[in-house]
Order: sequence, then structure tokens, then C-alpha cells
Amino acid sequence: MTVTVYVPRDASALSLGAQAVARAIASQAQARKLDVRVVRNGSRGLYWLEPMIEVATAAGRIAYGPVTVNDVPSLFLADFLGGGAHALCLGPTEGISYLKKQDRLTFARVGVTDPVSIADYLQHGGYRGLQRALTLAPEAIVQEVTDSGLRGRGGAAFPTGIKWKTVLDQKAPQKYVTCNADEGDSGTFADRMLMEGDPLLLIEGMTIAGIAVGATQGYIYIRVEYPHALVVLREAIAAAYREHYLGWNILGSGKRFELEVRVGAGAYICGEETSMLESLEGKRGEIRVRPPLPAIKGLFGQPTIVNNVISLASVPTILDRGATFYQGFGAGKSRGTLPIQLAGNIKHGGLIEKAFGVSLREILYDYGGGSATGRPIRAVQVGGPLGAYMPASQFDTAIDYEAFSAVGALLGHGGIVVFDDTVDMAHMARYAMEFCAIESCGKCTPCRIGSTRGVEVIDRIVRGENRDRNIELLEELCDTMLQGSLCGLGGMTPFPVQSALKHFPEDFRVLHRPS
Amino acid sequence: MESQLRCPPDCRTMGIMPGNPSTLRSTIDKVLAQHAGRPGPLLEILHQVQHELGHVPGDAVPMIANGLNLSIAEVHGVVTFYHHFRDHPAGRHVVQICRAEACQSMQGVALAEHAGRRLGVGFNGTTRDGRVTLEPIYCFGNCACAPAVMIDGELHGRVTPEKFDALIATLGQGK
Repeated sequence: MTVTVYVPRDASALSLGAQAVARAIASQAQARKLDVRVVRNGSRGLYWLEPMIEVATAAGRIAYGPVTVNDVPSLFLADFLGGGAHALCLGPTEGISYLKKQDRLTFARVGVTDPVSIADYLQHGGYRGLQRALTLAPEAIVQEVTDSGLRGRGGAAFPTGIKWKTVLDQKAPQKYVTCNADEGDSGTFADRMLMEGDPLLLIEGMTIAGIAVGATQGYIYIRVEYPHALVVLREAIAAAYREHYLGWNILGSGKRFELEVRVGAGAYICGEETSMLESLEGKRGEIRVRPPLPAIKGLFGQPTIVNNVISLASVPTILDRGATFYQGFGAGKSRGTLPIQLAGNIKHGGLIEKAFGVSLREILYDYGGGSATGRPIRAVQVGGPLGAYMPASQFDTAIDYEAFSAVGALLGHGGIVVFDDTVDMAHMARYAMEFCAIESCGKCTPCRIGSTRGVEVIDRIVRGENRDRNIELLEELCDTMLQGSLCGLGGMTPFPVQSALKHFPEDFRVLHRPS
Repeated sequence: MESQLRCPPDCRTMGIMPGNPSTLRSTIDKVLAQHAGRPGPLLEILHQVQHELGHVPGDAVPMIANGLNLSIAEVHGVVTFYHHFRDHPAGRHVVQICRAEACQSMQGVALAEHAGRRLGVGFNGTTRDGRVTLEPIYCFGNCACAPAVMIDGELHGRVTPEKFDALIATLGQGK
């Protein structure tokens, strides 16, 4: 009988040696004349256990990890194919508490299925959302998304249904659905994991969006730093075309939706929606002045949906199980679930999909287990390089868009980067300005020039030159960037700087060695 | 499976200079023909040119501009806007180190300094023997396994200075 072994093809698992492990399992099985089928799945998101392999047994899937290539012979000796005992055995995968305590809706299949197998996708509930959408009027699909309370998961948290309604209401010869997969924020990897682990879910979400608003062409704009995700996406799109889930006549419905992947070229600013549209058109990724909104005049001047990967990937669940089901998760105005990404200096980094409302402290300590170095956690940055640094006194904040705003922080895409007490917050503030200077598109002055001046002022502060006067100047500069920039890059770079100054002023007052 | 998991070649280095202008001409013509009729194809074309030639030579810019009915300034503007495109060949190996926050929280700055010392070059520099180009990158999405390094398209996580040295040693002197 064939035994199925799962070895992730997720980029992070590969970065820890998963490819060599897969190869070793296949060759050992062959040498021992054992009938083993190796499936390359996505990651379950328990990154301290990667490469984590799983074996399908009569008693369900049994996990082992972290497995190195040197562990493979002993796994065979321990009869891991039968779920045998071994020092690396983690027991049934579903029983691992980090996973068990989660609310996996969008990530339900990630790490479970073969990401490019339509058969596997269908067997695990895939394409039920599209099937239902095909029976509904466009207005009813959009209404369902509106009723679910889904807000843009890319960071801006704008209600997805309202954006779709605007596109639906436009009369135009061509409309587009674009997926922003330019996930450039440090500490975020949910888009990457989803595209590598369940790309068909994104494809299904985009197809539903196309049918809902009358768009026949979709583009996924993916960053060049994600080569593994690109390969998986392209394989999945080809599979969907083969089985008529994409193309001119989807499942014989007469509806058409074409999908293509376009690759970015290493510009952080292209994660801003209008800059992404410019880049998709083959231009410099300079931002556009709004209005007009992309929903009215977007790609090639036509009405365009611009949604993040996770927003689009949330849609099939909403269509399949209904707005009420999805709305039942979360609290206040933050409904549904958020795939929280726990990264940086943390013992148990990974992906935690939870209903909104869980506290930052629970994520950091109950899931994360504290810092990787074992030292106290001094600061966390949530929401990427433009997110505020939060001190320990704010760790009881609930994961909720409004609760974060109330303490002057940003939930953004849900990425959390943890720092222990060795962090130098003046250095991190300087880095925020430096990053803005490197990545500014150059269109507006506060961002283009302000960021360079910001680096210089922080350098003077840490050298002890006219410190009080320069701190005042830095605050004024932050205010100018905040008020005067055209988009979020210049407009939000002050958040990490101001929060570092506010919560960690002592770091700006020690004399730094000139570097 | 093996080949599927490999990176697309355009993210690895291929420091091949086109031997003569007619080779460049024929490459550009071929690429332009492949993308004819596609909406907004410039980025895709530049990716493919860099994939085939290892970089986007300055002489290619007017050819591409002419083929797409764009001005030379427009194409030059796009090539220089994006960090990914290079106007000269890279070393035989490209080592990319993530500089972003999550990697910094796990000694990424010290790793980058170590890499610079070990290779004897700064960011965006190429070793004198043309063996290695060192580049900064802002996030591979490997933030839970920081710090991250990509070498010739292969991603590595939790890279310590010792692990970095071992990876560099495997690159081979002769290649």
C-alpha cells in the first residue's frame, strides 16, 4: 500500500533544508523498496518546527519536526511511515496546541493539501464558493461580501464589499480585478504562505470577484523576492485553466475570467495600490493622485478592483458558508479572522489565524513563548515598516483595527516583529527614515527629501549635537511628512519614528559611538 | 519536482555579455516579438532581457523604446526606477542579504557586516575576481526564520556568520 508523506515546498521550509529532506525520504524509500508517495504541501505555519513532515496513517496525519536530512535514516528505522515513536514525533498534527487553538478559515487548507492539485482542492471543499457565486446575481455576490464585514487585509482595512460595489456600478468596456501580492512589509508572510500553500483559493476568490463586478481579466502582481510563490502560482493557474475553472467559459456557465501573473522588480512602493497599477502598466511605480479612485479609473484607465491576497482569499469561504458565518468571528467593526504573522526575535514564530479580539500579549507569550533569545521582549513593531513600535505597556491591546488606532498603533497586514531588550530604538527609528529614503518613488517632496533629512537629524541626535533642538526638529519633520506626503510611505514613516521617540526616549539620549 | 522548485533563472546571476551588437539586436527583437500585443509589457520585457543577458545593457534601451513606440527617457526611467534591474553584469554568484526589521531583530546587521568583511565588498559591490555580488534586499517573507539570505535564487534561513561562511565555501572558486 502506498504511504503518503508530506514535505513542504514553502519557501521558509525550503530555507531550512526541506528540499534535501524530501530527496532523502524518496531515495531511502526506494532503497528500502517501500511504496512512498511524497507530496509537496504548503507549511502549517509552525516555523520553529520546520521542516515539519507529516505521514498519513490510519489514525490521521502524524507530524515530525524539525527534521534535518541526517534524521531521515533514523525516522525509517523508527517506522515513521506507520507513525512510529521518534524523538522528533509531534503526534497527530491536528492535536498540536498552536494549531488547535486557531480559527483557520482562510488557511484551512494551507499545509494540508497539494497546492497545485485541483482534485485535492475539490476534495477539501474547494470551489464551493464559486459554484454558489455562479447561481447568484452580481449584486447578490457583492451584497454577501458587504454583509460579511470583510475589510481589506492589506492594511488599509477598507470594506471590501463597498469597493466591489463601486466597480460593479461603473459602465465600462473593460473592468479588471487586480491582486496586490507585493507583500513587502517586514514581518509579514501570510500572502506568501497562502500563494505557496493554497494558490487555488486566491484564484477562486479572484474569479468570484470578476464574476461579481463584470471583470473578465485579472492580474496578480507578485514581488520578485517571492520566486517560489511565483512558481506555485503559475502551476496552479495552468491547472485551473486545464480544468475550466479559468478561461472563456467557466464550468460551462458562459462566464469568462482570464488570469495572469505579473512580476514586480524590487520596489516597495509598488505595494501602494496606485503605484502597483502604474507598475502593472509597465511604468515607473510612481503613485497617482487620488481621486479618481482605482475603482472608477484604475488599470489602463478602467474600473479596477485592487485587493490584497488575503482579502480575495477570504471571499470563497464567505460565499460558501455565508456572510453570517464569517461575520460571527471577530468583534466590533473588525469581523472575521486575521492571519497574524509572528516573526523576528520570537521562540515560536509562525502563522496564527484567529478571530479578531485576541490580545497582543496572548500572541506573544501563549503562542510565541517569549523571545527566541530568552531575554525580555522590549518592543514589537506591528503592521510593517510603517507601523508604530509598541512597548510592553501596550501588550494588552486587542488585535482589532480600532483598538490599535486608539493607542496610536497600526494593525496593518497583521505582521508582528519582536525585539528583545538589546534593541536600540534610535537605530530602528533611523532605519525607518533610511528605508523611506531608499524606497521613496520621488513624486512628493516631504517623502523624497524629508526622509533623507530625517536620517541626518537622527544621526545628529545620537551624536549628542544640539540634542533638544534636534529632537524638536525631528518632531516637526515628522509632522510635515505626515501632513504633506501624497501616500502612506512618506505619510506613515513618521509612525515608527514618533513611537520610538515617545516610548523609548532614553535610547535617543545615550551617546552612540560614531559608526 | 526538482526543477519546479528552483527559482526562475532571472533571479540568479548570468553575467553573460552579448558577444556583438547583432546578438543583442536579435535577442531584443525576439523578446519584443514574444510580447507583441500584450498590454503594458515593458516590465515583462525587461525581466526577460535580464533573464537572457544577465542585465539590461544600455544599448538595449533605445531598441526597446523603438519597439514599443516609447521615448528612450521613458524606458530608461523604468529601468532605473526598479532595484531589480541592473545595467551591468553581476558577479558569477549573487548573494542577497535581508536588511529589514525582522532580520535585524535576529542579528541581521551583524550578519551583513560579517558578510561584507568575509567577501571584502560592500552592498552592491562585486568582488574583484568577479565571483560574488553582494546585494541588500528588503524582505523575502522569511521573517519567522530570520535572518535570511538568498544565494543564486536559493533561500536560507536562520543564517549565522558560521552558516554564511559554509554557504560561501560551497560556491566553488573555479565557477
